[in-house]
Amino acid sequence: MRALFPRSLFPALMGLLAALAGAASEMRFPPPEFETDYTMPGITTPPPRSLAMEYVDTALLVTALGLAAWLVHRRRSRRGLVALSVFSLVYFGFIRTGCICPIGAPQNVALGMFDPGYTIPLTALAFFLVPLVFSLFWGRTFCAAVCPHGALQDLVLIKPVKVPLWIEQGLGIVPFIFLGLGIWLAATGTAFIICRYDAFIPLFRMNGSVFGLALGGIFLAAALFIGRPFCRFLCPYGALLRLGSIVSRKAVRITPDYCTQCRLCEHSCPFGAIREPVKLPVTPNALAPERRRLTWLILALPVLIAGGAWLGSKLSVAAAKMHPTVALAEQFLAGDKAPAPATALPTPETRALGRAAETAPELIAAASEVRRRLGIGGWWFGGWVGLVIGARLISLSLRPNRTDFEPDRGACYACGRCYLACPNERVRVGLITPAEAAALQAHAPVPRPDVKTS
Amino acid sequence: MSHPAPNPSSVSRRQFLREGMRLAAMTGAGAFVGLSSGRTGAREHYVWQIDPTKCVYCGNCATACVLKPSAVKCVQAYEICGYCDLCTGYFVPEPNALNTGAENQVCPTAAIERKFIEDPYYEYNIIESRCIGCAKCVEGCTRFGNGSFYLQVRHDRCVNCNECSIARVCAGDAFRRVPASNPYFLKTSAH
Ligand code: SF4
Ligand code: SF4
Ligand code: SF4
Ligand code: SF4
Ligand code: SF4
Repeated sequence: MRALFPRSLFPALMGLLAALAGAASEMRFPPPEFETDYTMPGITTPPPRSLAMEYVDTALLVTALGLAAWLVHRRRSRRGLVALSVFSLVYFGFIRTGCICPIGAPQNVALGMFDPGYTIPLTALAFFLVPLVFSLFWGRTFCAAVCPHGALQDLVLIKPVKVPLWIEQGLGIVPFIFLGLGIWLAATGTAFIICRYDAFIPLFRMNGSVFGLALGGIFLAAALFIGRPFCRFLCPYGALLRLGSIVSRKAVRITPDYCTQCRLCEHSCPFGAIREPVKLPVTPNALAPERRRLTWLILALPVLIAGGAWLGSKLSVAAAKMHPTVALAEQFLAGDKAPAPATALPTPETRALGRAAETAPELIAAASEVRRRLGIGGWWFGGWVGLVIGARLISLSLRPNRTDFEPDRGACYACGRCYLACPNERVRVGLITPAEAAALQAHAPVPRPDVKTS
Repeated sequence: MSHPAPNPSSVSRRQFLREGMRLAAMTGAGAFVGLSSGRTGAREHYVWQIDPTKCVYCGNCATACVLKPSAVKCVQAYEICGYCDLCTGYFVPEPNALNTGAENQVCPTAAIERKFIEDPYYEYNIIESRCIGCAKCVEGCTRFGNGSFYLQVRHDRCVNCNECSIARVCAGDAFRRVPASNPYFLKTSAH
């Protein structure tokens, strides 16, 4: 046993130490005056990654986003996007090893907003905002070929299976909830859970906890068969980009010319983003039940939000346990009644409790302040969850106005896979002749009579 | 109206709505940049560092880092080291002999080098490639010596996680974000 002293002496020594620390900092053993010509080595301070590199990263991010936008909308080249994805995966993934990436950046922004002790570094702000601004103009160009997480999943996809639409729509709200949770916990300084459950950073570092690496492995294995599982069902930044993309200036088009509704592209999207044309009913009256449902849902929205907020406020006590200060304060207050056995060796817990005992009043005050802030945040978070569920229900009962086969603006990652599935596009880029296209379309699945338009 | 063709007025309404929302989003982003740049001036990024006055040598530094082995290492503040013959950071309590025998050393990986300088002084160096950041020597040195051994996040190793995974389990609450231009605590006085 290498205990330096019996456990029973621990509190006494702590007190002694505290006294020593108070009585100025005298050395117990004065540093020697050397007689020989001894030169004292200095402490080395290897610098962190330089600020210049952070700016290089930002510049590369902007360039890559611009290039992706060009490849998606102008050049319309899947091959170019693959090449850019490989670059992004290597540079932003394996070389830069992630942090701070746009996916986690909402947390830095939230912390910066609410914690006066933390200012958002310029580069973190840029990584947060630039892809979002791009999404407002050109859709999810970040997801297309710049995000290393997306690129990794996209490049390993070998045999996509179709996820039923109802699962897609149901699980599709998880990223929004995760985003809300991440911001709530980050703004209160509790935890950066988006980083904690990031699936791919441990893989990029090729180093990490067993949990992190296992999570990465699971997502990677799933990504072989399910197109981009992390993007679709977890990524909180993707949720923001989805919103940006819905209102974007330019939307991804399967063919920029004209859609003859041959349905040849229908299954070309591995992420289930292609939607079929929707026909308006023959008589406007047929819309009445839908309108009624929509009205009910809109009326129910405030109720959902209020209910969510109330539930959220109940969550805050549990969430507070994630905050180290609150956890320690609780443990300390509970331990007051049952003191630890005096013989045990010090463990991280007993040492933390020792600190708690020394600073009990401040600790408890700090913990209750965290609790209070988490409590306020809990209302907002719950309300957000209610809003997300309500908005999804409403969007499901909105009748889209679509005459062609088109990617869903929010769900499309702008990967460019569908482009060449369209015979008209192939004619446009000169791969086949119009006659060949017509032949292809003749063998295409028979269009449903109700979507056949003039 | 019984024609199934798209309804142009509804298309343009949606288009209008979309443009309005985009404009709102852009304004929001702009306001946001204005707000945060007014509030910060943070040209720098942050890195994680250990405040040695708060470290309670819990040992989590060796186990909780996302890197294996940890990016936290012990450093030696030579200026405040006593160059003691009986170094309480180097030797276990009541060592058999004051020599470099492994059974006498506190360090589980023999990462501390003991070098004779002149009678009765010895220099102690951390061999960083061996150190796992377990803080055993730090405890010995800080409790009973001058506290010249202390733990620091080594930035040539640390990948600067957005949330340091040691910070959230640190028993002393010793981790904090420090400006990257000043990334180390340089200990110049004991404790
Ligand atoms: S959804 Fe998220 S993880 Fe996927 S590509 Fe977009 S930002 Fe990256
Ligand atoms: S570009 Fe086409 S294939 Fe790729 S995600 Fe969008 S709709 Fe799907
Ligand atoms: S920031 Fe990450 S790599 Fe650095 S010490 Fe903390 S856990 Fe280790
Ligand atoms: S005792 Fe632990 S912290 Fe000290 S040098 Fe050895 S491995 Fe490093
Ligand atoms: S986790 Fe904190 S208290 Fe424990 S050894 Fe590291 S710095 Fe010291």
